Amino acid sequence: MTETTETVLAVEGLTVIGRPSDVTIVGDVSLTVRRGEILGLVGESGSGKTTVGLALLAHRKRATEITGGRVEVAGQDLASLDGRGVRALRGRAVAYIPQSPASALNPALRLRVQLGEALHDGSLSPAQADARVREVLREVALPDDDTFLKRYPHQLSGGQQQRVAIAMAFVGRPDVIVMDEPTTGLDVTTQKHVLETVRRMTREYGTAGIYISHDMAVVAELADAVAVMYRGELVEHGPTGDVLSAPEHEYTRALLAAVPRMRTDAPEAERGDELLRVSGLAAGYGRTRVLEDIDLSVARGECTALVGESGSGKTTLSRTVAGLHRGAVGEVLFDGAPLPLHGRRRTAEQRRRIQYVFQNPYEALNPRKRVRDLILGPYRHLVGRPADPDLVVGRALERAALPASYADRFPEQLSGGERQRVCIARAVATGPDLLVCDEVTSALDVSVQAEIVALLRGLQDEGMALLFVTHNIALVSNIAQRVAVLERGRIVEYGPVGRVMSDPRHEYTRALLADTPDFAPEAGAAAE
Amino acid sequence: MTRLVAVRLLFGLLTLWAVSVAVFAATQALPGDAALMILGRDATEARVAALREQLNLNEPLTVQYAQWLQGVIQGDLGISYSNRSPVSEVLDGPIGASLTLMGLAALVATPVALAVGAFSALRRDRAFDHTASLGTLVTAAIPEFVVGILLILALGPGGLDLFPSVYSRNGGPEQWVLPVLTLAFAVTPPIVRMMRATMIEVLESEYVQQARLKGLDERTVLVRHALPNAIGPVAQVVALQLAWLAGGVVAVEFLFNFPGIGKVLMDAIENRDVPLVQAVVLLIAGVYILVNLAADVLGLAANPKVRVTR
Amino acid sequence: MSAPPIEAPAAGAARGRRGGGLFRAAWRHGRTKVGVVLTGLVVLVAVIGPFIAPYTPTEFVARPFETGVDGTVFGGDNRGRDVLTRFLWGGWTLLLLAVASAGLGVLAGTVVGVVAGYLRGWADEAIMRVNDMLLAFPQLIAALLVMSIIGPKTWLIVAVIAVSHMPRVARVIREATRSVVEQDYVKAAEAIGLPRWRIMAVEILPNVTGPLLVELGLRLTYSIGVVAVLGFLGMGLQPPTADWGLMINENRQGMVVQPWAVLLPVTAIATLTIGANLITDGLSRAAVGIDRGVGK
Repeated sequence: MTETTETVLAVEGLTVIGRPSDVTIVGDVSLTVRRGEILGLVGESGSGKTTVGLALLAHRKRATEITGGRVEVAGQDLASLDGRGVRALRGRAVAYIPQSPASALNPALRLRVQLGEALHDGSLSPAQADARVREVLREVALPDDDTFLKRYPHQLSGGQQQRVAIAMAFVGRPDVIVMDEPTTGLDVTTQKHVLETVRRMTREYGTAGIYISHDMAVVAELADAVAVMYRGELVEHGPTGDVLSAPEHEYTRALLAAVPRMRTDAPEAERGDELLRVSGLAAGYGRTRVLEDIDLSVARGECTALVGESGSGKTTLSRTVAGLHRGAVGEVLFDGAPLPLHGRRRTAEQRRRIQYVFQNPYEALNPRKRVRDLILGPYRHLVGRPADPDLVVGRALERAALPASYADRFPEQLSGGERQRVCIARAVATGPDLLVCDEVTSALDVSVQAEIVALLRGLQDEGMALLFVTHNIALVSNIAQRVAVLERGRIVEYGPVGRVMSDPRHEYTRALLADTPDFAPEAGAAAE
Repeated sequence: MTRLVAVRLLFGLLTLWAVSVAVFAATQALPGDAALMILGRDATEARVAALREQLNLNEPLTVQYAQWLQGVIQGDLGISYSNRSPVSEVLDGPIGASLTLMGLAALVATPVALAVGAFSALRRDRAFDHTASLGTLVTAAIPEFVVGILLILALGPGGLDLFPSVYSRNGGPEQWVLPVLTLAFAVTPPIVRMMRATMIEVLESEYVQQARLKGLDERTVLVRHALPNAIGPVAQVVALQLAWLAGGVVAVEFLFNFPGIGKVLMDAIENRDVPLVQAVVLLIAGVYILVNLAADVLGLAANPKVRVTR
Repeated sequence: MSAPPIEAPAAGAARGRRGGGLFRAAWRHGRTKVGVVLTGLVVLVAVIGPFIAPYTPTEFVARPFETGVDGTVFGGDNRGRDVLTRFLWGGWTLLLLAVASAGLGVLAGTVVGVVAGYLRGWADEAIMRVNDMLLAFPQLIAALLVMSIIGPKTWLIVAVIAVSHMPRVARVIREATRSVVEQDYVKAAEAIGLPRWRIMAVEILPNVTGPLLVELGLRLTYSIGVVAVLGFLGMGLQPPTADWGLMINENRQGMVVQPWAVLLPVTAIATLTIGANLITDGLSRAAVGIDRGVGK
């Protein structure tokens, strides 16, 4: 689909090892990228993708060493360059867009300085450099006036900061650009704009792009070719279409299978008795209101999803239901009886019946306790002293699909996915009726996410109701029966999943669906 | 920014006032009659009574405090029991001497500490860094008067005999060397550590990595990108160390018999000279609070996120 | 949390309890070992000293500042008492006072810090403002003021130093507590309605032991220094008690003719504080390493 043009980036057999441990971080990686093309470099955390990206700028992280291979950028072999050569190369031949511009932009320097110094080779006069900075700012749809150039990074929004980082990379008209997960932490709408900008700029400038990401869906939408990394090795490399339709390596297949597809055909299930009813709820922090007029219900055995971007109030709502948020007013009925909003005023029985699973399993388990005590603590407090503690622990672990032998481990001896399973085991041990899940998969790698979702679906089949909070609308269509879309503290759309996905009524829902990257062919129709 | 500074200033004043109450209350607990102290044991009862009246000693404590505070604000710190002269006169010379001593120590210590700290950060985990870190660890641990004695034993009359160990009125400038050196040793380690830690943090930050990835030369990276972000926290620690000096001079002056406020304080305590004790403690606490305040404001001013709001 | 966590295969066999882990990790640093040896040496002298001293601490065996007297190793002090004997007797009080004041100060500071950090809101504000007021007094000056008024009493030395440690410890522990409180496992405990005191005792306290131990070491080092300097200034233990700080004060006039009476206590104090600081450094390095291993 792209015309044959010059190859500007060639990597051959790149090998990076860690010092002093001699662990291979990247082994024998070979890649090529042509002008105007974007290569998506996909892999989970720890797969070595960032190390490869930095090697293209002749940069290596502390305590790593490039021991083999060849990197050629715009005809220059990086290994042959001295310090001066490397500096001349950076910014001009190859530029870098960081993962988090909030920490990669210098907080003490004005934008003018930071953008201007990227044109450091002295080939331009100050006036020309200034004109070039303004030109590139316009290209990324940022203001180019003096007021803007005088700003400090902290005076910009997250999306603006990322645009500045893009402008900074393109200002020197590089041949190759390395993008390290540049949309992490951005809302889908902002992400969409950033991705469009990147796509357009690489085309216009004839720049070869390397887009590093863990998100297969984003890469599928953006990249011309995909390279998949797994434990330091390149396991798959080919045109995007081929890789998506006919993945060769087992890991790629698993990765693709794990990405939630947008489903629009969810059948409308019959609702059971109402378990939770929230009406007229409002909540805030101090004087700021973050939730207004919330009406919501969850039936027995049903999964209701709360979807929204960061700051929409979805976490506050879930915490209010769990009794963790102070400063909420409104009415909540649980199983027909009024439920106090303040957790301390609830009865032990009420607390037992509503359990909460946190977003980040790395912070949700007390590192000083063994799994067994983590599970038994809440049980003793809410249910009472068990006659057979081993049975309680064993059963809870079994429901979370963990072997009983894990009872004696400390959290630090568990992987992220296992930790989240322990969190779920702790929650289900007390036999709750409603499980509140706050972005429970977002801190985990894609393949692990799918397992956790499957586990939750299993629990639901056993009759547990779920309140599932997420920012990922594609995930919603896979697990929930009903969905509430939150925008700035209000529910703008609420209804059965199938209906909302196939026939979104609110503008915001439509935008959300359209902006979500998705590579499943059958979902394309929904994004209109 | 102005609001933040105003709040800090207000709190500083409040603290100063609380200290004045504490000092006043503490000295009131002292046994003995102030009038009797001033006049001596063999004064007649009538004279003592007259002086009591004059010093308002018969008034309730709150009134006495109010009058004392009013005096303090106007620079009238009362009359020294032992010298029988106004406290402000007694303190005149010692304040200057102590300030000079502190200033010299700061002047010696700060540049050396900053240089050692920065160099340690640049040479992280190499021989220089290890030596410097061990050195600061050792000097930070030893109490300052012990450092002083060790210096006397090494460089003073007992050892190489390069410098005198006791200050005397007609001595030359060389008698300043050991007291200054002792104080400098005491304030150096925290500055070194902070400089090193801050520089390392800044050098490992993503924005410094980004500056390098832009292809800037190492000098620009250091001077333009790293240093401005290191100044704030380091300036704060430097100011805190200067504040520490205000209290730290006491033991050092006592050791070297140096005629500063620290020595005045020790003599005043010895003689139970209440007004003098009050004045010196208030003075030291005042300097301590003010310099701390300056450190706070400095930290705020160095941070563009505070200086320039959205 | 910018990067997703590393999905590493779970660590192999179960490791021991984490409490001992900090000491074990600290022991790996060479400095810690040196610190333990130095501290141990001085503690040994202080503890068994009184039992092996050749004379009683108040016995006159020589003329003032006389050296080379038969039956003495280091000669006589400012009043002609045996220097070695007074050195051997003079350590245990210093150690006892320093340990007591550091222990009390850290204990009080920890309680205040954890409570302020966990409760937050106005209680935190009030506690920390009072704390700031206490911090406004230079440590030594506060001690001198109180000593000069009430007089140098042993319990007062302990109390004054402990009180001056408290706000400093509280500040550090509060910071540590606040970062622990942010963690979801505290929220999880709140969600099941665990009483506040249990959350503080069971969920928070075990997770601030790292900074706690470091503070203990640091405060011990400072306590030794303050007790010694009070003795040196004549505001600590009173004559004729044998005390290292006081010994330095009494004998500094004769430093040139009789250096031993000053050099012995000075060396002991320096060795002790350096040793304590080396151990503290080892602990703090270990604590940083361990905290890095957990969570993110």
